[in-house]
Amino acid sequence: MSTATHKLLKGSTGDWEMVIGMEVHAQVTSNSKLFSGASTTFGGDPNTHVSLVDAAMPGMLPVINEECVRQAVRTGLGLNAKINLRSVFDRKNYFYPDSPQGYQISQYKSPIVGEGEVVLELDGGKTATIGIERLHLEQDAGKLLHDQSPSMSFVDLNRCGVALMEIVSKPDIRDAEQAKAYVTKLRSILRYLGTCDGDMEKGSLRADVNVSVRKPGGPLGTRCEIKNMNSITFIGQAIEFEARRQIEILEDGGQIEQETRLYDPNKGETRSMRSKEEAHDYRYFPDPDLLPLEFSQGFVDALKAELPELPDQKKTRFVADLGLSAYDASVLVAERESAVFYETVLDKLANRARDGKMAANWVINELFGRLNKEGRDITDSPVSAEQLAAIIDLIGEGTISGKIAKDLFEIVWQEGGDPRALVESRGMKQVTDLSAIEKVVDDIIAANPDKAAQVKDKPQSLGWFVGQVMKASGGKANPQSVNDLLKSKLGL
Amino acid sequence: MTDLTSLTLAEARKGLADKTFTSLELTDAHLSAIEKARVLNAFVMETPDRAREMAKAVDEKIARGEGGPLAGIPLGIKDLFATKGVRTTACSKILGNFVPTYESTVTSQLWRDGAVMLGKLNNDEFAMGSANETSCFGPVGNPWRREGSNTTLVPGGSSGGSASAVAALLCMGATATDTGGSIRQPAAFTATVGIKPTYGRCSRWGIVAFASSLDQAGPIARTTRDAAMLLRSMAGHDPKDTTSVDIPVPDYEAAIGQSVKGKRIGIPKEYRLDGMPAEIEKLWSEGAEWLKAAGAELVEVSLPHTKYALPAYYIVAPAEASSNLARYDGVRYGLRESAKNIIELYENTRAEGFGAEVRRRVMIGTYVLSAGYYDAYYLRAQKVRTLIKKDFEDCFARGVDAILTPATPSAAFGIGEKGGADPVEMYLNDIFTVTVNMAGLPGIAVPAGKDAQGLPLGLQLIGRPFDEETLFSLGEVIEQAAGRFTPARWW
Repeated sequence: MSTATHKLLKGSTGDWEMVIGMEVHAQVTSNSKLFSGASTTFGGDPNTHVSLVDAAMPGMLPVINEECVRQAVRTGLGLNAKINLRSVFDRKNYFYPDSPQGYQISQYKSPIVGEGEVVLELDGGKTATIGIERLHLEQDAGKLLHDQSPSMSFVDLNRCGVALMEIVSKPDIRDAEQAKAYVTKLRSILRYLGTCDGDMEKGSLRADVNVSVRKPGGPLGTRCEIKNMNSITFIGQAIEFEARRQIEILEDGGQIEQETRLYDPNKGETRSMRSKEEAHDYRYFPDPDLLPLEFSQGFVDALKAELPELPDQKKTRFVADLGLSAYDASVLVAERESAVFYETVLDKLANRARDGKMAANWVINELFGRLNKEGRDITDSPVSAEQLAAIIDLIGEGTISGKIAKDLFEIVWQEGGDPRALVESRGMKQVTDLSAIEKVVDDIIAANPDKAAQVKDKPQSLGWFVGQVMKASGGKANPQSVNDLLKSKLGL
Repeated sequence: MTDLTSLTLAEARKGLADKTFTSLELTDAHLSAIEKARVLNAFVMETPDRAREMAKAVDEKIARGEGGPLAGIPLGIKDLFATKGVRTTACSKILGNFVPTYESTVTSQLWRDGAVMLGKLNNDEFAMGSANETSCFGPVGNPWRREGSNTTLVPGGSSGGSASAVAALLCMGATATDTGGSIRQPAAFTATVGIKPTYGRCSRWGIVAFASSLDQAGPIARTTRDAAMLLRSMAGHDPKDTTSVDIPVPDYEAAIGQSVKGKRIGIPKEYRLDGMPAEIEKLWSEGAEWLKAAGAELVEVSLPHTKYALPAYYIVAPAEASSNLARYDGVRYGLRESAKNIIELYENTRAEGFGAEVRRRVMIGTYVLSAGYYDAYYLRAQKVRTLIKKDFEDCFARGVDAILTPATPSAAFGIGEKGGADPVEMYLNDIFTVTVNMAGLPGIAVPAGKDAQGLPLGLQLIGRPFDEETLFSLGEVIEQAAGRFTPARWW
């Protein structure tokens, strides 16, 4: 499906191609859990967000949280996927103390969302389309605490029963860059939709990565699954390592064992967790406590009508309406908060048709640059969208030059305040009054007769005069006017 | 004063309303009967203090004219129902001294309507059994004995405590549950009335689960009218159980005494088993004749997949049980055996906590859901289940209103007499009742006569979904014709 050229790995027997598929577990944004009324708030004291259902007390029954169903449908729509009007919850049976029921309620044969796709933008303007196999709802598990006692382990069930969406890709991903781009894009879509906060540090988004290698275009190889990745950087590193490990084995005449592996970011390597033989027999069967999940097309259509604009749509609009480059547009839409910031700036602009593109440059270069330098987040920007819009208005209307604007930006960053008032009070206004500039131009020509004489032979030295005039005017002179005046006075 | 315990629930309701006696007096009479009947082992937990408190409170309400439909009526509660603040064990060691912080929906509705709890009743461990012999509290005695014999007989199961206590006049009615016959078979063994309502009629919330798609609560009482009164309070939609059905609960008692003229009663030929005792066959014909005499029309019907019901049931029920019982792991509540690691904790706790029959069913259930066996067992059993359901649907579609069958293939047997060598011998007790659970239909067992040894025998009526009313009307016809049966007190 990929329209991009992807990276191949060189081995001693030639090139190898990676085949990668991913299962992303995304925590559903909802107030309460998938089958109980307990809170989903992160970070509570252990076992404070646990209902009788979550603790699997005798005789307790699950009741589906409709908001989680809506979130799954919204996500499916955001992935351009088929929404299944009838799906079934199954029990995945296994014993572990973080799973009080002794089974996880999941969807096995009939998921709520079927096939869809995600389009990736790659370097050099290339794109790749990654197929989505399915999305299903399931319960999260609790958390074991092994460091509380020398002889016992403890369990915190706060997270137990929180709704997860498992989003399964087709094996369409071909290298680590695409894999990283896929998770990034998926995360962005979820955050735009508001169906998952995408916080990988808190574990709201984690991925199991299936990796195999083959000769380009050849038959599929045996895959290994790298479990529980919660960093996009590590996903890239793990794939690279794992693919090379498999190539080495194959080139040495060995065979890949299908197994589950874990990535150790400290050592930069994957290691075996359990083999196929040790895999659980989960004894899936339809959960008899729950009826099949059924809803109407009208329910889906209503959710579709209220869907927010997604990054791809937003990008297209920025390019078409504001004339942004595809690259700039994709930078702005990559994070929902950046796009929101940029659009707020646009809303505040006096003339968005004239200055919309300049606003994009300012957001990307000045603001993002400065934020990155200080390690701050866009939601924590000292310069507000309103303030930045005012600065851009001042440039656009010719009140200040771009250079002065940078000084002004710095003042607003450090001290805050209304940019227009600051320009007034600090005398930063651009001088467009020709008579005032003419005086300065005349003075500088008079003081530098040699250079004035040379300029006819060396027209590039005009820049030196422009610089002198700007310096003398404290940067407030309109550079175009200065240029025009100098040219006529110097006879160029 | 006549012995208050011998009143029917309906009679007691009148006595309380007329202020002939108080709920406290009625409750005390039952508490004293319970005390004298401990040899029956029907109660696993007596709650006299709570009973008297509840009775006093309800007496005040009655005085103010605020008594509910069951105001002041003392009941026994099967130990499968979670009762807030009162030990609930499903009669399994694995729950130990588990005390719920919550009350099951069904029992909370009984208390809402003014009933009084006398205590918790014995049952087969996790409701798995047909003789009440698998309880960790030991077997229950049937108040009935063979004429001229001192052998203690089983009361049936799994609601053996409920049936025994109601028959022995220890409570005016009892809650019970029925997964494959656990209400109807013990009712038949003790000459009591037991109804398993349509699946979804009563909430399962707060009832320890055995097999979720089959479990259903219902009452055991001494008359059809009493059972109708109890079911009205127990039934109803519960948002906490998504398999409960949101349709109004009718006044079941109004069905008692309703004419059955013109009702078409199906007699299924597949229920005529080879080697069935002649007296059961005779009872069945007699019951049919009584209904005919009351104006009903008899029609021979066919339920062709009946013979597959029992084997399919013993796949579906253990499969669900193996998963439902996974939560009893020694981690959060109940029994915990010491262990060196988590696997040992599970193994030791579950080996020690579950009895042999429960372990057997967990293993069967685990097996039939395993990779490679799922299609051959579980999936096929589900297909059989669909066919069984269709058999009944076809029958009802041809205008049949209810189906009459024997309730059990035999009368009560002695403790330890059956199933020792071959568990299937015990499972065969459910042969006439499991089809009803597989199809999710309502079924009632009513006392209809006695065998040659003087033991009670029951008939079963199977109805259309949510048409318990017809079953009460027809059941009462049999009840009127057969008369009441009371065991001679030997305890």
